[in-house]
Amino acid sequence: MLTKLVSMDRRIVFILVALAVIIPMLVNVNLPVSTSAPTQKLYDFVEALPKGSTIMLAFDYGPSSFPELSPMAKALLKQCFDKDIGVVALTLVDDGTTLASTLIEEVAAEKNAENGEDFVFLGFRPGITQVILGMGTEIKSVFDTDYYGKKLDEIPMMENITNYDQIDLLVDLASSNTTEAWIIYANVQYNLKIAAGVTGVMVSQMFPYLQTGQLNGLMSGILGAAEYENLVEVQDKGMQYINVNSFVHILIVLLVIIGNIAYFTQRKREE
Amino acid sequence: MQVFGIWVAAFLTLCIYSFLYQDNPLYRFAEHLFVGISVGYGIVLSIHEGFIPLAWNPIWASLTGDSLSGLWKLIPIFFGLLFFARLSPRHTWLIRYPIAILIGFGAGIAIPNVLRANIFEQTRGTIEPFSVIHSQTTGTAVEVMPSGEFTVFIIGAVLMVIGVICTLTYFFFSVEHRGPISWLSKVGICFLMVGFGSAFGNTVMGRVTLLIQRVDFLLNTWIGSIF
Repeated sequence: MLTKLVSMDRRIVFILVALAVIIPMLVNVNLPVSTSAPTQKLYDFVEALPKGSTIMLAFDYGPSSFPELSPMAKALLKQCFDKDIGVVALTLVDDGTTLASTLIEEVAAEKNAENGEDFVFLGFRPGITQVILGMGTEIKSVFDTDYYGKKLDEIPMMENITNYDQIDLLVDLASSNTTEAWIIYANVQYNLKIAAGVTGVMVSQMFPYLQTGQLNGLMSGILGAAEYENLVEVQDKGMQYINVNSFVHILIVLLVIIGNIAYFTQRKREE
Repeated sequence: MQVFGIWVAAFLTLCIYSFLYQDNPLYRFAEHLFVGISVGYGIVLSIHEGFIPLAWNPIWASLTGDSLSGLWKLIPIFFGLLFFARLSPRHTWLIRYPIAILIGFGAGIAIPNVLRANIFEQTRGTIEPFSVIHSQTTGTAVEVMPSGEFTVFIIGAVLMVIGVICTLTYFFFSVEHRGPISWLSKVGICFLMVGFGSAFGNTVMGRVTLLIQRVDFLLNTWIGSIF
């Protein structure tokens, strides 16, 4: 039995994982989600912003991180539109452009937010460092038009926004090292307040910045997205995916325990 | 058209997941298609969102209008084009100029900012909790922590300093790792392992989420579009 377990075909594990995903998704299980301190910190910061404030939202991710980061973006946008906080969105990643524009338009349509009045999508410009530094001097010097080709001078929301001085918070939704670039250049050089929502892979790298206060809040992977949805009282993909995730994690933990027991028992027998 | 897009996405998703059974031509077709489309999309977007608005438009406006201010963009374009000197063996040496500019700019702009963000601020973050502990114990703190929370705070601060010192010792190779140094570096390894474990756990969560999203797409969007 144990020998069979150790030499089990890996495809059986794939089938078990697939079942652990499909069954909870079809049954639609709802497990409780508590809120971690970093997510609460970001939520509280945005909640404390007065009406008419502006946040900058950087969609620095591509399709491979879409499942983790788009629920965060949706929840955050809904919170901003509900509170009349202006959103200046942009991306430093080329394949984030279409994802960002589609997502913003979808949430804006749901919340009746007006393009140019409640939000602006600047689009993409290549060169991460140069874009971040350039916007610190003047946003218009990097983005002369928005994503749809409208001159920034003609956009009502951008009338009083010249550079980071008029931005109350930057939230970077990142799947690579862009958050570090925002901290190194925008926070250090221009004192821009920064928060982040990052993929699970990157969470551990972000905690030192959170501890020092260089980050004003952090959403950690799909768990952070679910927590934020919980805070803004929206039931969406974040909550759904974290519930399914819990079942897969239970399966993985069980497989790790069984695999270790089988391995060590077999080794003991061989000795 | 939208239904067609859903079917294409579903077909390509199944092609990629077919690799879980074994390598096959359908998987390789989807993989190559993905790489080709990503590169093509990146190039087109860089031209449309980078070269045209930041280089072409100002130069064209200078040539057709009254102001010649956009012509200064020719200088960086010229240095950028020198990268192509690599294609000619006789002129390869010219590539040193754009590389020198990039390194000079990169180092000049990065070194002070990186030092502040990653060294000075992190050092401050490691030491600062002790000033909080001092203010709490001497009664000079503005906000007094509850005793339970304060105990956890002290343990966290001490653990952080031990972790920093021991982990740095592990990477300090100028002294032979024997005696107390060896013990410190071994404790450093423990902290590193905790860090790697945390990173791995989070990575598993992220990768499983990708799978969940694709299954969600296949079950609800694709099969949902059929029935």
